[in-house]
Amino acid sequence: MSPETNIKAQNSVVRYLKDNMGTLIGLFIMCVILSFTTNGVFYSQRNLINVLRQVSSNACLAFGMTFAIITGGIDLSVGSILALSGTLSAGLIVHSGFSVPGAVATAIIIGTALGLFNGFMIATTTIPPFIVTLAMMQIARGAAYIYSNGQPIRAMIPSYQIIGTGYLGPIPYPVIYMLVFLIICVILLSKTRFGRHVYAVGGNDKAAIFSGVNVPRTKMLVYTMSGFLAAFTGVVLCARMASGQPTAGQSFEMDAIAATVLGGTSMSGGVGKIGSTMIGVLIIGVLNNGLNLLGLNSFWQQIAKGIVILLAVYVDMLKKRRK
Amino acid sequence: MAETGKILLQMKNIHKRFPGVYALKDVNFELKAGEVHALLGENGAGKSTLIKCLAGIYIPEEGEVIVNGKSHIMQSVADSQAHGISVIHQELCLVPYLSIAENMFLGRERNVGGIIKRGQENEEAKKMLQRLGLDFDPNVLIKDLSIAQQQMVEIAKALSVKADILVMDEPTASLTDKETEVLFETMRQLKAEGIGIIYISHRMSELFAITDRVTIMRDGQYVGTVNTRETTNDQLIAMMVGRELTQLYFKDKVNPGKVVLEVKDLVSPPFVNGVSFAIREGEIVGMSGLVGAGRSETAHCIFGLDDRYTGQILIDGKPVHIRSVRQAMQNGIALVPENRKEEGLVLINSVGYNLTLTVLHEIFRGHPLGNPKREADEIEKHINELAIKTPSAEQLAENLSGGNQQKIVIAKWLATKPKLLILDEPTRGVDVGARAEIYGFMNELAKQGVAILMISSDLPEILNMSDRVLVMHEGRVTANLAKEELSQELIMRYATGGGNINVA
Repeated sequence: MSPETNIKAQNSVVRYLKDNMGTLIGLFIMCVILSFTTNGVFYSQRNLINVLRQVSSNACLAFGMTFAIITGGIDLSVGSILALSGTLSAGLIVHSGFSVPGAVATAIIIGTALGLFNGFMIATTTIPPFIVTLAMMQIARGAAYIYSNGQPIRAMIPSYQIIGTGYLGPIPYPVIYMLVFLIICVILLSKTRFGRHVYAVGGNDKAAIFSGVNVPRTKMLVYTMSGFLAAFTGVVLCARMASGQPTAGQSFEMDAIAATVLGGTSMSGGVGKIGSTMIGVLIIGVLNNGLNLLGLNSFWQQIAKGIVILLAVYVDMLKKRRK
Repeated sequence: MAETGKILLQMKNIHKRFPGVYALKDVNFELKAGEVHALLGENGAGKSTLIKCLAGIYIPEEGEVIVNGKSHIMQSVADSQAHGISVIHQELCLVPYLSIAENMFLGRERNVGGIIKRGQENEEAKKMLQRLGLDFDPNVLIKDLSIAQQQMVEIAKALSVKADILVMDEPTASLTDKETEVLFETMRQLKAEGIGIIYISHRMSELFAITDRVTIMRDGQYVGTVNTRETTNDQLIAMMVGRELTQLYFKDKVNPGKVVLEVKDLVSPPFVNGVSFAIREGEIVGMSGLVGAGRSETAHCIFGLDDRYTGQILIDGKPVHIRSVRQAMQNGIALVPENRKEEGLVLINSVGYNLTLTVLHEIFRGHPLGNPKREADEIEKHINELAIKTPSAEQLAENLSGGNQQKIVIAKWLATKPKLLILDEPTRGVDVGARAEIYGFMNELAKQGVAILMISSDLPEILNMSDRVLVMHEGRVTANLAKEELSQELIMRYATGGGNINVA
């Protein structure tokens, strides 16, 4: 038998470092460069926390996206669901007299339901996820505009704003949410039956069916989760701005996809890790922050992001081919 | 544990229709405890459909399934497994990026409240693997295993379900003889434990080696059941094809002409480690060896699919530069690949589309918008020449039987009028009737002077069709055997690296 047979499994920390060597090195180099070019501003506690807060919404979306992409699908609707749930949460309080918890819960439930609808369509029809979620992207965005009449809904209500602006010690709430979801998603994907089914559906859906895995249910759960995360993020974002913005979250789905792909998740499904996606999220975040500190405008940031994505995925392919 | 001889399973008057097709028509089947019962039939005869009805993947419209005395139509895979039925499907059904253990327990994970007990799974997996004599680490990912190793894992997975009824759909298709023997040993052990095994294979020799009874199917219908001990090869084939097939192999003697292809010291690690040989006009050269011996990889170098090799390729005595498929084609080389569904055909496109894919440059030459007449002629010619059974050239390739699909692949390469035709497993998964036809074309082509390199794991095919046989082992040609000295034992000896060898 061939020599590969005797590969021993490594412990998970070593494996994590090894699997993400390329992106970790990239992130490290960026941090080193920034420490020279920004005279240490980058490393100030305030800035680092700022980076974490800035990446928190992309992180939450990217976690959901990672699940969707591992099943061999994609979720283009997250940016729009984010906007709809955000405007709903503000609008329900301001216009409909909902209590803050009532409005937040309703907004999140509606966003989650749209995710469920995505999942239902994807699981029960043969329409590709790209199309289903592209349609939902339009529908949810349109709904957000209609609901808000195309105008931001101002909601200067402290008990609402605190959701996005509060702190636990030195750490902003959005960062806490991100960490909680990070832990939950890592466990879901790597330790549970559900997670294993997610890999099976994307890796070889026929094998999954023949092994008795409930493939439609797995897909439905994945898109429901993605919808929930988007809705939650939308509420947090709008609470922070004290305003339900129907234009919020535009092209956020692309950032989430970029982070997922940077983390090494294969667009063809079956492969990917939440921990690796987190690194992808940080790379994009640090890049944006660094270029900001250096005073480069956001147009340059987009070009830089594009180059980094190409480079990272190319390096990843080289690494895989060598194996 | 069931006692031997007790009836485990009865399938009575099973009917299954697909839109426009009658897949199963009044099929009967019976399985006893402790027996290996073969299902035999050409591709498309309905064997796999019958199995899928048993496995809960399809639900039959009519008929009765009696398992352990109870009448019950399986409603899902889980339902079927709960009734003690375990299936090894024909296509490999493993998830590449999950580990061996994760695959073995897919769909029935050992867990507490949804959280997986990895340690327990690994331990159980290890035991199941050892039962098959496999010393794999259950943490290894499936993608890092060879096809044959994956097949063994698939078998271990099926055995890990506590099943009374085990279905094996062509389990040996990619196994070497040695691995097949290990599998048979395990099957005998399972028989002794009272497990009933349904066995599907196209290899007649295997049926005689391991089965107790054979049920023959044809065109979705039940033909008959015979005791293996009381039947013959010819009788089985006659029942299968519905007529007497007088001869499977056609091979006329040819006088080889000048050397068409010569390769010298071909090296492309890790599979090709110094290959040299030559092929003459009109010669059919068989290439034998175990899985992983580097046969297909050698062909890939010659055909320009591998552009990193070192060594020399000579066509008609002149060194040529082949680093792309295009260059190979310009030098008159054609390759019918091993895996027709992935490498040979665009399945979701039409028969006609596939047939002209290799000669598009000719059809479009001088006609920027194509030449419909020329194209139609070309397509018609090939459909007739190779007797491809298709309702029309517009039919999608995926709707054709394996044998007819293979004929399309061969035809599309014949369209390039090759000097050298490389056939990689030309009859794998092809039914007996189409096989005989394919051998007929090969014979005909050789007579026309085409040099043929036939890579095959099917020893009878190698023995009957080759003028000469090259045996490969670990990336090298270990023997060059003339027709007169060929024997199964000799080939296997060189293929396994045994024996002291003179390469002519």
